[in-house]
Order: sequence, then C-alpha cells, then structure tokens
Amino acid sequence: MSDTVIPYMVKPHPVTGIPNGKFAIWLFLASEVMLFGALFSSYVLIRTGAPHWPPEGGLSSEILDVPKATFNTAVLITSSITMVLAWASCKMKNLPKFKMWMAITIALSFVFLVVKYFEYAHKFELGHTPAHDNFYAIYFTMTGLHGVHIIGGIIVNFYLLTFGSKLWKTDPEHFTNRVENAGLYWHFVDLVWIFLFPSLYLL
Amino acid sequence: MSVHSEIEAQQHEAHESPEEFKKHLRSYYVVFVALLCLTAITVGVAELKLERPVAITVALIIASIKAGLVASVFMHLLSEKKVIIAVLALTVAFFALVMILPSVTVYEHHRVITGMGP
Repeated sequence: MSDTVIPYMVKPHPVTGIPNGKFAIWLFLASEVMLFGALFSSYVLIRTGAPHWPPEGGLSSEILDVPKATFNTAVLITSSITMVLAWASCKMKNLPKFKMWMAITIALSFVFLVVKYFEYAHKFELGHTPAHDNFYAIYFTMTGLHGVHIIGGIIVNFYLLTFGSKLWKTDPEHFTNRVENAGLYWHFVDLVWIFLFPSLYLL
Repeated sequence: MSVHSEIEAQQHEAHESPEEFKKHLRSYYVVFVALLCLTAITVGVAELKLERPVAITVALIIASIKAGLVASVFMHLLSEKKVIIAVLALTVAFFALVMILPSVTVYEHHRVITGMGP
C-alpha cells in the first residue's frame, strides 16, 4: 500500500488559503450548478414554447401534489440545519452529538425519499409517466436527478456516521473538514430543491 | 488581506474554542425559522392565484432570498475565502448566460412568427 499523503487536507493551501478538499468540493458544486442550470434552461425553453402549460390544461399546482412537496421542503430544510449542527458538534469536540445530528439528517433524507416514492407511485397509477407529455418529462427528469443527489448524500453521510468516523480518533480536524465538505454538498441539494419546488409545483 | 494573513485568520477560526463556537449556533436557528416562514409565504402567495408573470417574479424573489440565506449562513459564504467567491462569481455568470439563452430564442421565434423577423 502506498504511503503517499495527500497534502493540505487539514491545513490551508498557501495559494488558495483553504484546504484542498474544500476547494475541490466547491469546484464540484460549481459544475453541479451548470448541470442543473442546463435543465432549468431547457425547462424555460420548453415551457415558453408550449401553447399552454401544463399541456393537458389546468395549473401545475392542481396536477402535482403541493401538500406533499411542501412537507418535503420542510423536511429538507430541517435536514440542512441538522447537518450544520452535526458539523458544529465536531467543532465543539462532541462526537456523540455529531452522531445524533448526522443520524437525524440521514433519517430525514429517507423521509424525503419515501414521500417522493408515494408521489411518483400515484403519478404512475394514473399513467402519468415521463412519456406522457413534456410537463411530466421535465418533472420526472428534474426531481429524479435531485433524488439521485439525495441518495448520493445519504451514502456519504452514512459513511461519515459509521466507518468514516474512525478518523475522529486519529485526526479529528481532518474528520471535521470531511463533515464540512459533505455539509456543503447537502446544502447545495437543499438549494436546488428551493428553486425546484416553486418552479415545478406552484407556477 | 494577504494570502498569509488570510490563512492565519482561517487558522484562528479553525481553532476557536467550543465555547467560542457556540455563539454561531444562534444564527443557524434563526435562518432555519426564516426558511420555514419563507416556505409558508411561497405556498401562501401561490394560493392567491396572481397573474402568472407576477406570481413567477414573487416566487423567484422568495426562492432567491432562501437560497441566499442557505449559501451565506449554512454554507458560510459570508466568511469564505476570495478564491471561492471568484469561482462562484464565474459560475453565476455562466449560469446567467444559460438562463438568458432561452429568452433570446423565444424572442427570435416571436419575431419570426409575427413577421417582424428576417
């Protein structure tokens, strides 16, 4: 096994002024902005080009389940603060509290996915698949991609809660940085939903 | 601020005592409550069934305020290093370009179908 140590994972890099991991996650998030930006741009183009939106008539808020989406928005916002509190617990040298807040964050992520499952299941029962029309194609593409990001966040957060937390014993500062980076990603996922919710469900 | 003094400031921040760090917690709770209130306002405004352009403008303004709160407080952008701000500024510029493109296309399409175009 190689003994190579990746430099500046805890101390700030002399050029950027921040640890390499944090710089990397911000660059990744910048690419994510463009990924979702392309989809939002396509949504605007398809929507403004349609004679009526949604194509089958009515309003988005009448076709989609606004109460479930509102509940999910509150769930995701709550998971954002529990994620911050998990990181803050690391900064305050309290690993048990970190584990508690991280476990709540993961539980809330599952709540979000379960609610989304019921939303999707109802749509499929009605035959409203992505192939139904452009409205459902956009709806499933954007919420589906967002859902994949939620699953990604769950995997990373679960790792930090379990196997990854062993690092706390040997290098707590490095572990805290990892939690911060996971948190940045998680807040970005929340941020995307903040725009998806009104764009798809309410307007 | 030079890079070295910025690094020193960051190292000081990283070594705040747990008691010193507790001061930050209040701002997280305040933002959390604000985000929930703004979500309720978003849904409430949608119930008013305003004219579509007005509804879109209001919803996007509220969403932008919420996004600003998450980015500045939860993601610590308020106290972040210049290099990250620079990366994000470039990203926002390209994001704006991607969002403007559909508007230009729609405008050109309108010009063509109304006979005002080439």
